[in-house]
Amino acid sequence: MSRGFLPLLTIVAATGIMALAWETEGFRVVTGAGARQLSIERAPPLLPDVRLMDQDGHAFSLTSYKGRPVLVDFIYTRCPTLCGELGDDFHGVLQLMGGTATGVPLDLLSISFDPQNDDRQALQLYGDRYGAKAPRWRIAAPADDRGLAALKQSFGVVIIPDGIGGFIHNNAVYLVDAQGRLARILDPDSPPQLFADALRVPAP
Amino acid sequence: MSARQLCVAAIGSWLTLWLWPVRIALESDMAVHMTIQLPLLIGTGLVLASGARPHEPHWLADADWLGIPGIVMVVLGTSFWMLPRALDGAIADPWMDAAKFLSLPLLVGLPLGLCWRRMPTLGRAFIWANFIPKLGAIGGLYLAAPTRLCAYYRLDQQAVAGWTLIVLAVVLCTLSFVVAFVGWRQLSPAAPSWAAHGTPPWP
Repeated sequence: MSRGFLPLLTIVAATGIMALAWETEGFRVVTGAGARQLSIERAPPLLPDVRLMDQDGHAFSLTSYKGRPVLVDFIYTRCPTLCGELGDDFHGVLQLMGGTATGVPLDLLSISFDPQNDDRQALQLYGDRYGAKAPRWRIAAPADDRGLAALKQSFGVVIIPDGIGGFIHNNAVYLVDAQGRLARILDPDSPPQLFADALRVPAP
Repeated sequence: MSARQLCVAAIGSWLTLWLWPVRIALESDMAVHMTIQLPLLIGTGLVLASGARPHEPHWLADADWLGIPGIVMVVLGTSFWMLPRALDGAIADPWMDAAKFLSLPLLVGLPLGLCWRRMPTLGRAFIWANFIPKLGAIGGLYLAAPTRLCAYYRLDQQAVAGWTLIVLAVVLCTLSFVVAFVGWRQLSPAAPSWAAHGTPPWP
């Protein structure tokens, strides 16, 4: 054994384990989604002010929700699979709230990331399918490409082509708190769970 | 090939892998990314090692006692790039992509090529015997995961990657079984090595 052996081994092992710890946030996550969840819980990021257009043709901005928490999902109306499940989930949450006209302090927002194909009519059809009524549950599309890019970036939405003309995207529901910050990324497993999580928004 | 030619070949193939169209082609599918691009990058480091071996400084050859620091580096480096987050990062973030292109040849392939000859036979067998089930286990995890582990790949691509890893594990397992029990030289029917000594290797 030479003199250089132990120092070299120590440097190699320490650097390697540090790199692994850094990439897994201290051996807590292995996926990018897990890492994002952790960083959001640590410091909920403020969301940008993006202009959107809802199913009734009304323009509004993301920051107009300040003061009320809102559950957000990302969809495209031609979506044959996941967006339907997300729609069912939000429909379930709406029913748990007791419909569109109750005083429960929670709004729903489905944002289309395919504004080229999702015109007002398409948004309206999607909304009708699940009983969505603005402003309680808006089906909206960003007004321009810059807004779409800002939304994807700030929510951390990754959209890839599915190879048959559609898209594949994160299967997640985003909880925006009353301060307009992205507070939590939720697993859309069941409407009661989503509803319970949404009402348990962390206090400011 | 001379040492210089080997180094040139390694750098040339590394640059080819770095070319934009090649990179896009090899990263667009999860299985191709994991089982072709990453091993090829490690391969350029191995070629570089065979070219650099005659010029390896003495202190490094001494400090890499029995190849232990080298193989520890290889195991940690390959573990890092098996993380789904790292694979995603290499697609989303140009810095992570650059880190991948530099670390796999220089921190995995090169040390592997240099340390392997210093390792005892049992040590090499230990590394193989650990690596093969690891491949199979990761393949099984990819198949079992109900959700996508990488945001940039589809679930069906993830399943293909899972199966590819399992098939690779089975093939490597069979090959190493044959090599371990029969040996490389005995595999060649033309000139079995024991024939020169007159005694077969089996009792």
